[in-house]
Amino acid sequence: MSVTDVQKDPINLTMTIDAEFEAAIGDVWNLFADPRKLERWWGPPAYPATFVEHDLSPGGRMSFFMTGPEGDQPRGWWRVLELDAPRRLVFENGLAGADGDPDPSMPFMVMRVSLSELPGGVTRVRVTTSFPSAAAMEQFLTRGMEEGLNQAISQMDAIL
Amino acid sequence: MVVDTKTPESADLIFHALSDATRRDILLRCLEGEYSVSTLASYYPMSFAAVQKHVAVLEKAHLVTKRRRGREQMVRGDVVVAIEQTLAVLEQFETMWRSRLDRMGQILRETTTQGGVP
Repeated sequence: MSVTDVQKDPINLTMTIDAEFEAAIGDVWNLFADPRKLERWWGPPAYPATFVEHDLSPGGRMSFFMTGPEGDQPRGWWRVLELDAPRRLVFENGLAGADGDPDPSMPFMVMRVSLSELPGGVTRVRVTTSFPSAAAMEQFLTRGMEEGLNQAISQMDAIL
Repeated sequence: MVVDTKTPESADLIFHALSDATRRDILLRCLEGEYSVSTLASYYPMSFAAVQKHVAVLEKAHLVTKRRRGREQMVRGDVVVAIEQTLAVLEQFETMWRSRLDRMGQILRETTTQGGVP
């Protein structure tokens, strides 16, 4: 895997990252489509994810929890907006309450994933993360900010 | 002005400053032009002192600068710093996705090994 490009747009509050994998497009798609594979990369090692709901279809819902080193279990959700297997997936991603339902007081972000085949058996993945407002971006970060910024990255990684 | 956007302290100040709708509004106005605190105060249903406090929070986070003009305090937003702060936040999401893509690569390598050489 190599990251080939990163673009951060502070005006439109988006971050786009491109990476290339020496793998078939179907195998890369399966990292999203197979919940057992998805939960191996979605959270960091200290916060393994468990997807309890996984409906990869337009309008479909995902529900997951992570298990932290101290037994804490932050929850999150996805809602699939657009789907065109194995090339395109657009979903909202947000935080959930203890019952697993979306927390209405928290903002969500929109993620756009697109896969394309390059020559030589290489698949390019582009992921764009957009925030509805600077305030929403700030809210995501402050969730994990209480224990310091460095930890926030792994915690945020855990929650999202 | 050089502001270190990477320390937890400065990040806390920024996030705190931007967590309030009035302060975000003040910042947006002041990014477009210079305003006196009393002019700003006329836009919001709150006291001069309350608006002054909001400006002080923005100033502490280095999102605006203040200067005196006669008896007035003039406030101006710092575009460069505001953009830098946003970039610093986006950078954290970049870090998060880099580690996710790393893990995706590891899983794909296992898959290829299992399905490849007998």
